[in-house]
Amino acid sequence: MKSAIDIANDVRTGATTAVAEAERSLAAIRSRNEELNVFVHVDDEGALETAQRVDAQIARGEDPGALAGVPLALKDNLCHVGKLTTAGSRILEGWRSPYSATVVNLVLKAGAVPMGKTNMDEFAMGSSTETSYYGPTRNPLDPARVPGGSSGGSAAAVAADMTPIALGSDTGGSIRQPAALCGLVGVKPTYGLVSRFGLIAFASSLDQIGPFAKNVTDAALLLEVIAGHDPRDSTSLPEGAPSLVAGVDAGVAGKRIGLVRELLEGADDDVVAAVGRAREVLTEAGATVVDLSIPECRLGLSAYYLIAPAEASSNLARFDGVRYGLRVDADDVAAMNEATRTLGFGAEVKRRIMLGTYALSAGYYDAYYGQALKVRTQMINAFHRAYDQVDLLLGATAPSVAFKFGEKTSNPLAMYLSDVFTIPTNLAGDAAISVPFGRGEGDLPIGVQLLGPGRSEAQLFAAARVLEVEQTS
Amino acid sequence: MTLPDGWEMVVGLEVHTELKTTTKMFCGCANVFGAEPNTRVCAVCLGLPGSLPVLNVRAVELAMAIGSAVHSTISPSTFHRKNYFYPDMPKDFQISQYDLPINVGGYVDLPDGSRVSIERAHLEEDTGKSTHLGASGRIHGAERSLVDYNRSGVPLVEIVSGPDIRSSAQARLYASELRGILIATGASDGRMEEGSMRIDANVSVRHANEPFGTRCEIKNLNSLRSLGRAIDFEALRQIDLLNAGGVVRQETRHWDETLGATSTMRTKEEAEDYRYFREPDLVDLAPDLAWQERVRDGLGPMPAERRAALAARLNEPTSTQLDALQVVVDLGFDVLVAAALDADVDAGLVLARAANELAADAENIHSLTTDAFITTLLMEQNGELSATQAKTVLLELLAHGGDPRAIANAKGFEQLSADSLGDVVAALIQANPDEWSRFREGDEKLAQFFIGQVMKVTKGQANGKAVIAELNSRR
Amino acid sequence: MATPLRREDVAKVAKLARLSLSDEELDMFTEQLGQILEHANDIAALQLDDVVATAHPFGLINVMREDVLEPCLSRDDVLAMAPDSEDGRFAVPRIMGEAP
Ligand SMILES: [Mg+2]
Ligand SMILES: [Zn+2]
Repeated sequence: MKSAIDIANDVRTGATTAVAEAERSLAAIRSRNEELNVFVHVDDEGALETAQRVDAQIARGEDPGALAGVPLALKDNLCHVGKLTTAGSRILEGWRSPYSATVVNLVLKAGAVPMGKTNMDEFAMGSSTETSYYGPTRNPLDPARVPGGSSGGSAAAVAADMTPIALGSDTGGSIRQPAALCGLVGVKPTYGLVSRFGLIAFASSLDQIGPFAKNVTDAALLLEVIAGHDPRDSTSLPEGAPSLVAGVDAGVAGKRIGLVRELLEGADDDVVAAVGRAREVLTEAGATVVDLSIPECRLGLSAYYLIAPAEASSNLARFDGVRYGLRVDADDVAAMNEATRTLGFGAEVKRRIMLGTYALSAGYYDAYYGQALKVRTQMINAFHRAYDQVDLLLGATAPSVAFKFGEKTSNPLAMYLSDVFTIPTNLAGDAAISVPFGRGEGDLPIGVQLLGPGRSEAQLFAAARVLEVEQTS
Repeated sequence: MTLPDGWEMVVGLEVHTELKTTTKMFCGCANVFGAEPNTRVCAVCLGLPGSLPVLNVRAVELAMAIGSAVHSTISPSTFHRKNYFYPDMPKDFQISQYDLPINVGGYVDLPDGSRVSIERAHLEEDTGKSTHLGASGRIHGAERSLVDYNRSGVPLVEIVSGPDIRSSAQARLYASELRGILIATGASDGRMEEGSMRIDANVSVRHANEPFGTRCEIKNLNSLRSLGRAIDFEALRQIDLLNAGGVVRQETRHWDETLGATSTMRTKEEAEDYRYFREPDLVDLAPDLAWQERVRDGLGPMPAERRAALAARLNEPTSTQLDALQVVVDLGFDVLVAAALDADVDAGLVLARAANELAADAENIHSLTTDAFITTLLMEQNGELSATQAKTVLLELLAHGGDPRAIANAKGFEQLSADSLGDVVAALIQANPDEWSRFREGDEKLAQFFIGQVMKVTKGQANGKAVIAELNSRR
Repeated sequence: MATPLRREDVAKVAKLARLSLSDEELDMFTEQLGQILEHANDIAALQLDDVVATAHPFGLINVMREDVLEPCLSRDDVLAMAPDSEDGRFAVPRIMGEAP
């Protein structure tokens, strides 16, 4: 399949049209969506309309932008005005947002053509896309396996060649883990680099929107389009958007990279072997790779599973049946709230809401939530110390290749462990990228993770590109 | 009211005031009272999924102005979420300042010489408004409720006093002084009747010099009168309870204005667990010293100072005049009043007209020029207008502006000519021979009787002083 | 040090969060949440008295907007998504108590 950059170039030069690309994308969606359950809402009409507008711009001699005519998939927690936006939940079934997320406005401004909304774990709570009210998404590489999650639909859309690029959100690994399991590049940008305005919140202090792509350059291009300061998001970083595509081939010569022991602990042998080979490739490319230990990473999972549910318990309170979404009638308003939320939320969401409510409640705050925030401080400090010694860090993205359906659904803790290598970056607020490197069990792709300090995306893309080149050559 | 022997009440007030910003606290919707329901709402103040708050700089500035005016220390602060479910709160949490408020400490000095300490004055957002459908129109017994979110997200400052108040009179004095201060800072219009200033009172009782008793919180007192009555009722209720061998339970109580009583709303055991935590969608607030100074420098003199300045121009002011002075200053009529005093209008007349007629329609004060005010009062003072006529002219000036003489002419308020007044008085003397002879014999009280009669006949167009002159000339 | 999670804790938390649970769900969630909290005891047990809590990864301060009007949503759009409305307002079943 053509890359996003090639499509945009061909649209701009007239070698193809946005409408033709949208139709090709729609055909690909039609051919496999029933089998894989990738898109929960396919926006045929909207996509063709947008594509026609792009073509009209070209006809007028205008430049539609860096993503001219590129079909794109949106995770269903991104608001798009007038379009269905359900966050994988029954409680928002049929809800059409009356406004658009900043990132949606930005991709449209760059000429991209949103094809619809992709499936996700309910309110992004999950690592397999099995908690969606709209049914699980299947991994296009092996439909008996999960695509990862929570952005499993967006990952599958790209892996199944339905769209060359997609947007997801990453709260504890929800872009990088599915990218690893579907053989894609996935980026968790620095906290505050991409506006969260219009992203249905899971855990506000951890959520970031980021790109999926088949290659490093496309991922850099999409991130370049969506990054930058947004006055509608108070946590948005004040600096402007970084230049990313221009530097993807900068290489890693002279860079110091730390291989983090804790980011391999408990990983399958094939995964450990792939990271070992990545180390060799980076060394051959001129980097110095040293062994490092960041023991605080071991505390990440616990801190994350207190902080994220605590914020979520508050963020999801608004789904009460009063203003929008599902309502289950009852005699009084409190009973109505309860009936609505009981029917509208799935088990995983209830689990996390209760966990978070407990962690914040009187008598437990200090032991749980308060303590988790202090661990977060320690995590940040530990990464600062590591980045005093090295430029980037290296580890695995996920402990294993894509797992089978139902394998981890009965034991929440086992499922949570699939995010153990990705969570520390979210807690630290830093940037990380997962890049496909090697194959493991069942010839399934393995993801290698590169981590860097805040606003190190350009360096991360350059390092990931080194691995990508070795992989494809 | 005095409490039974040996008892003392201990009261602290939480005063919520809406801030006079153009837009709401976290979004660009208009902050206005009285708009059509749900026409001033957006994704943010409706709490739609994905929306994020961004703090209004003007709200911060007004909070700092309030803090400066009550001698608080402006401090680095944070925002928290206060979590509880309620239909008029779109996100089902309120963004409020918690352990680190923007204003810490302070005090307010009252006209009676007492001082009430301020613990904190913090920023928070207002909720929407519910209307209850059903026979009673009240929350109890309603079948359904309707919610309007226009008020949702309007900026509030909550000013929390120390437990320093010892009587309902002092509570009212404090609330009224604070109201004047809020108006003087430009932070609030202080309109209790529109709910832009709302008060909760914490009330406990004790024997003098003993430790504080258990307190009850009375919610949502929407006038100074309710505030005073509710505190008195609650203190007596607690004393009766204790005298009867009972104990006061810590609880939240509701004041019923018609019944004149408080009743249990929620006991301590039923109190919500608010699960406060830092609002992750907002960052810390730390106004730098230069900004704090700009706000402080921008503050004009506060009501106490302004009252003193005007009082210095009165000869031994009466208590009525001092009360009027409070109203005049709270409403910001200082310049107008000073100009009228400069123009040699009688001080009693100036204060009475300003504190009554002008205060009654203070919203329209901009329609009234200083010249028009002075001219009207001088006409009244010179006997060209009766008191009733002068009031009518002032109200007309407030409503539509204009020239007082022209208004008086248009309304037919020419002074009754001396001839026609003479005719009227002569006729009345004839009709009331007994009263006239008693007046002639020196019963001065009967002058009022004749003035009343003249006013009746002339429909208020006569001037009282002229009537007395006419009567005396015929004695 | 945190005590093990009890069934009544879960029931209380469910009530706070406006969720109702069947007896079986109560058992299941008590067990599952108990396991997660037990895992979290690794951090609950740490001695971190001197560590400052982090709410934000980066220390931004004083992010504010000017006090300038922006367009509101149309009332028709807003009420169109409401489960129930009347008279330009959102309609809800009766409210049992006043706001806390
Ligand atoms: Mg409050
Ligand atoms: Zn708004």
